[in-house]
Amino acid sequence: MEIALFVIFAALALAGGVGVIASGRAIHSALALLLVLSALAILYLLLGAQFIAVLQVIIYAGAIVVLFLFVIMLLHMATGETPVRGVRPRRTGAAAGSLLFLGGLLVAIVRPEVPVRSGAPDPAFGTAEAVGRGLFTQFLLPFELASVILLAGMIAAVVLAKGRMPLHAAAPAEESAAERPEPEPVGR
Amino acid sequence: MVPLPYYLVLGAVLFTLGLTGVLVRRNALIVFMSIELMLNSVNLTFVALSRHLASMAGQLAVFFTIVVAGVEVVVGLAIIVEIFRSRATVNLDDVDLLRG
Repeated sequence: MEIALFVIFAALALAGGVGVIASGRAIHSALALLLVLSALAILYLLLGAQFIAVLQVIIYAGAIVVLFLFVIMLLHMATGETPVRGVRPRRTGAAAGSLLFLGGLLVAIVRPEVPVRSGAPDPAFGTAEAVGRGLFTQFLLPFELASVILLAGMIAAVVLAKGRMPLHAAAPAEESAAERPEPEPVGR
Repeated sequence: MVPLPYYLVLGAVLFTLGLTGVLVRRNALIVFMSIELMLNSVNLTFVALSRHLASMAGQLAVFFTIVVAGVEVVVGLAIIVEIFRSRATVNLDDVDLLRG
């Protein structure tokens, strides 16, 4: 039963992964990314990580993909479809390099020396309580640093989305004329 | 219970797909999505190992990855929009101002 679910959602994730890199239009890639993220959320549930699965759906599928769709919509409204210049000789090089990389990873995986503790986990494993307990005890410092990173990201997004600000009081007149009043694309 | 290597192989294949996307595609948005794919494949590996080692540390690492990925997407998309405003392109080959 569990194997069947794993196979179904692993196949969906792989199909979505191929869709992300192979589709011609950015919007199709974004929807394929949504498929991957949802399939991975189910796999997290299979692995007993409920809290991470919920986070995945809310943050990745909810916020990040919507942000992608929003930006795609914004950019394409201005230009129509952006042309994709994809085919070029370095594609073969990239594919060969990637295959080599995958081979290396697989070699590393097939002989694991991980002391696997199989069997049913603790019922509290992966709940919001367990994750929160870890966050506020062992990982308190990284947790606080994460909030600093979020703040920095917010400030950076506002500064970037605001467009070019005249740094000096006597800015050139053309500077302000070049400013286009576009809707702010960023906000979470 | 699904054996651990299944998850690891799935993570490796997804990571390689993302890597291929970064190397092959020239649309900045699609390259960005490929990076998200790579981050997610690593998250899957973290969660699978967390489950099989019965340790919460992997899931906490995923928590921080998600935080950083969120910030990265916000800042990165803002940069892409800003590049589009000034140069009217999202093709990475057209943005080579720093090329020597």
